[in-house]
Amino acid sequence: MSFFERLLGKKKSADSAKERLQLVLIHDRTDLTPAELDSLRDDLIATISRHVAIDAQAVQIDVEHDGRSQRLIADIPLKAARRKSRKTR
Amino acid sequence: MPAQVITITSGKGGVGKTTAVANIAVALASGKSKVVCIDGDIGLRNLDVILGLENRIVYDIVDVIEGRCRLKQAMIRDKKLPDLYLIPAAQTRDKSAVSASDMTRLVRDLRADYDFVLIDSPAGIERGFRNAIAAADRVLVITNPEVSAVRDADRVIGILESEEKGPASLILNRLNPALVKSKDMLSPEDVLDLLAIELIGIVPEDENVIIASNRGAPVAYDMKNRAGQAFRNIAKRLKGENVPFLDLDAQGSLWERIQRLAGRK
Repeated sequence: MSFFERLLGKKKSADSAKERLQLVLIHDRTDLTPAELDSLRDDLIATISRHVAIDAQAVQIDVEHDGRSQRLIADIPLKAARRKSRKTR
Repeated sequence: MPAQVITITSGKGGVGKTTAVANIAVALASGKSKVVCIDGDIGLRNLDVILGLENRIVYDIVDVIEGRCRLKQAMIRDKKLPDLYLIPAAQTRDKSAVSASDMTRLVRDLRADYDFVLIDSPAGIERGFRNAIAAADRVLVITNPEVSAVRDADRVIGILESEEKGPASLILNRLNPALVKSKDMLSPEDVLDLLAIELIGIVPEDENVIIASNRGAPVAYDMKNRAGQAFRNIAKRLKGENVPFLDLDAQGSLWERIQRLAGRK
């Protein structure tokens, strides 16, 4: 990098290429569209709610990337349990 | 030993698939392997001109598939290498003339008598590409250190994985070491980092590749040429030999060599 480029903070083109590709490839490798992810989220909330009380507003569902593989990460906080057992005692 | 069937593909057009197939075929056949290359680009035949065999074509792959000739009749023997054959693509037909099972059947008939079957895939990810990978034991993805070529290579690698044709190996073609050095070209490390697959060869950009294709004599014949050397090394790696990657910095400009001699680099 020349003195002026450093002064202007201009990045070398190979670095821009790599950074841009990193973002584009993450997007390309994701099989789920945001709309599909939303509908999956709604289905998950509905299914889980039938079994336990959950905080639907706080549910987080994301696709995480690790090299070529992707995984679905779901963070589903349960609502504070109503301690039935204690009341009955 | 039955043949290893290798398909070379890229997603993007113009990155050097056909050139790579021709050069790897020449390198393998020069090293005593029996090689058949198949031009899988129906309607856009090109492997014949790169190999300098365009004047010898009588029958093509579609003639074999549709039963107008025997397989042997469509196999053109190379002018210089007696163990190298080409099955040309049809020029007046389109991709629908061949199916994946046609390709698999054709390749099955070759397996017993040859060491390598190399299939030159068309660009794209449609039918011609699917046909070209259907019969492959191994797929080589070729790309250039450019954003569009790398992106398309990534897409192809993804499809190969979902079709259980992976893991693919990468040929990085047309690398310009001077541009990499000045950080104006993606380096091999950058590309491998992005694509996350195994590397099988790095081919430096070289004007002799164009000169060689003008003459119909692939650069792999030229024992002094570095691009030719890179293709010969790929051929050796396909045969299971462990060959170190070329040191592409070694050539450099005269000034760089002087600086290196002077211990400044």
